[in-house]
Amino acid sequence: MESFLNHFLFGLYPYIAFITMVVGTIIRYDRDQYSWKAGSSQLLRSKGLAIGSNFFHVGIILLFFTHLVGLLTPESIYHYFVTTEQKQMMAIVGGAVLGGICFIGLTILLYRRLTDRRIRATSTFMDIALLVVLYVQLILGLASLPHSISHPDGASMVALANWAQHIVTFRSGASDFILHEPWIFKAHIVLGMTIFLVFPFTRLVHMLSAPIKYLTRKGYQVVRKRGKGY
Amino acid sequence: MKIRAQIGMVLNLDKCIGCHTCSVTCKNVWTSRSGLEYAWFNNVETKPGIGFPKDWENQEKWKGGWVRLANGKIRPKLGGKFRVLSKLFSNPDLPEIDDYYEPFTFEYEKLQRSPEVSTPPTARAHSVITGDVMEKPEWGPNWEEILGGEFEKRSKDYNFQNMQKQIYGEFENTFMMYLPRLCEHCLNPTCAAACPSGAIYKREEDGVVLIDQEKCRGWRMCVSGCPYKKIYFNWQSGKSEKCTLCYPRLEAGDPTVCSETCVGRIRYLGVMLYDADRISEAAATEKTEDLYQAQCDIFLDPHDPEVIAQARKDGVPDSWLKAAKESPVYKMAMDWKVALPLHPEYRTLPMVWYIPPLSPIQSAVESGWTDSDGIIPNVKNLRIPIKYLANLLTGGVEEPVVNSLERMIAMREYMRGKTVGGQGDIKILERVGLDEVTLDDMYQIMAIANYEDRYVIPTNHREYAGDTPFDNEIAFEQRSDCGFTFGNGCGDGGQTKTNLFGASTHKNTMSGKIQKWGK
Repeated sequence: MESFLNHFLFGLYPYIAFITMVVGTIIRYDRDQYSWKAGSSQLLRSKGLAIGSNFFHVGIILLFFTHLVGLLTPESIYHYFVTTEQKQMMAIVGGAVLGGICFIGLTILLYRRLTDRRIRATSTFMDIALLVVLYVQLILGLASLPHSISHPDGASMVALANWAQHIVTFRSGASDFILHEPWIFKAHIVLGMTIFLVFPFTRLVHMLSAPIKYLTRKGYQVVRKRGKGY
Repeated sequence: MKIRAQIGMVLNLDKCIGCHTCSVTCKNVWTSRSGLEYAWFNNVETKPGIGFPKDWENQEKWKGGWVRLANGKIRPKLGGKFRVLSKLFSNPDLPEIDDYYEPFTFEYEKLQRSPEVSTPPTARAHSVITGDVMEKPEWGPNWEEILGGEFEKRSKDYNFQNMQKQIYGEFENTFMMYLPRLCEHCLNPTCAAACPSGAIYKREEDGVVLIDQEKCRGWRMCVSGCPYKKIYFNWQSGKSEKCTLCYPRLEAGDPTVCSETCVGRIRYLGVMLYDADRISEAAATEKTEDLYQAQCDIFLDPHDPEVIAQARKDGVPDSWLKAAKESPVYKMAMDWKVALPLHPEYRTLPMVWYIPPLSPIQSAVESGWTDSDGIIPNVKNLRIPIKYLANLLTGGVEEPVVNSLERMIAMREYMRGKTVGGQGDIKILERVGLDEVTLDDMYQIMAIANYEDRYVIPTNHREYAGDTPFDNEIAFEQRSDCGFTFGNGCGDGGQTKTNLFGASTHKNTMSGKIQKWGK
């Protein structure tokens, strides 16, 4: 039973989550772009956002990309630069700093969303649920630090990276890497996959519209020719 | 030279009676929806006053409009592109809803359903956002109506710059005027420049500035970028919305709702031709005092054969060129120079212009006719200070304001002579540089103001919109499309109440139905 559950959660669930995310996102973009937005509530209450929103966003964006690089860079490549132990140390320090920043921000945001009457009254179930899920995920991530600190050899890190690399390259046996890892990593992974799963149904989609193109837009004015642009 | 046509508007403030019909009809058509209860695409302010939203003219505070850099280029006052993006997560220059007002409604049902009681039943105010009782609304639309509130607060009005304003707080020296405001449909809109998504655009065919509701991602930079604060963030849809200049009506040749319903006949709509290649040059004029003239300089004479030939080449339809010749806006802004732009110093090249209001001569016995050149009174003796009007309409230059006011006084004097004595005094006209033919036209358009003289609006030529004339897809298949709706509206995506992607939390609250949270 345990091995089936392990196989399901770490061998199959990631694919279910990813497919849902990709297909759901495409459908939403195609069918319901009007709902595609950042969902800012700053108009109703600015207080707390200067620190809350900035810390949260900066923290979580950097956390996302460091996870991506950390998990998906093959051992054979990063060993040109660092040893496994050094990488483990970088992950601990980086994770603690970024996680700390994100934690401060998210705490403020969650507190604001739950206690400010204006914000609460204009929150959908998903708005609140998403913040709670992210908060729990962040806490799980931070809570895994003691384990990592007490195991400086980075064995768990290597196992998790192997799992991730097997998943994205469609190799079998990915879930076996996870089987004997501590529950805290397992929970962090399952919840992480769940965030991918719900991605198209939340405001998270706004990250795909990050307006990087603005920096390269020529000039400042936008003029639409007659009849174009439907 | 690249000639484009734009529908411009002129408001004759001399005739505005502050009845708010424009605001109310506009609201009924465009903003009586959830999330926009607080928004007024058109509002009428009593000046002097801090306006709506509070202190909107203070760009040191809100960072709207443009600044000219040392290298002679302009950039949004919000900052360059990196700076704008750095404000995405938390925008320090965004007004909060309390700067407009917390939208509220009343428990009308209590009045209808009340049993017989010894004291009259009351309908208390409730916040539309939270549903909470508002013991005492502290601010609302048009809070300063007819000089409401203390002078101390109203005098924070930005147009009192460089003026000894204290004397205008005295009862004998007090003055007021109405200022109806809407989106300026600028030639150089900062909202469009600040929009990271590129969702705000100016239409090539008529210059209307619109927000693509599908492309808007709610980054809310336009709200800060617009110095007139005429972009409103819909707190339900999470997208910005603005005045559309009633483009579905314009396309059919009808005036905007605010213009159509104006009981004072103060509004005019007409075509202006301008050189699009010179926009950035005009907007980057070095001294703010020269911006009014710089804007006038890029407008083109619709009677000039060269202009007509080039305009045809640039795709302006003949019906538009004909309308441009009869345009009341061109006549008032360019021929007669009686209409002036609102805050040209923001460098947005606004396209809603204003004729400054006349006001009574201050204590006529002391200063009135004695302080005059014998032909028309000195406009410096008008109750509304010239400097104030200049700060509002020309970036502080008094001369165009004086010229405009003198011409209006001259028109009155001349027509009074003609009507009462049977003969107008030609000296009056000479004094202000007008002739009889022009004066008759001015009188017809500004005083009589017949419907067909006020609105010279050519219909939109959708049939020319495609790559070929009468492009089937554009001319026929896309007609009768939808306006503002929640969700997919009448598109084929379907609109359902329970929405997988986050339905609205609020129903339309404009009916007085209070939606309570937490009880």
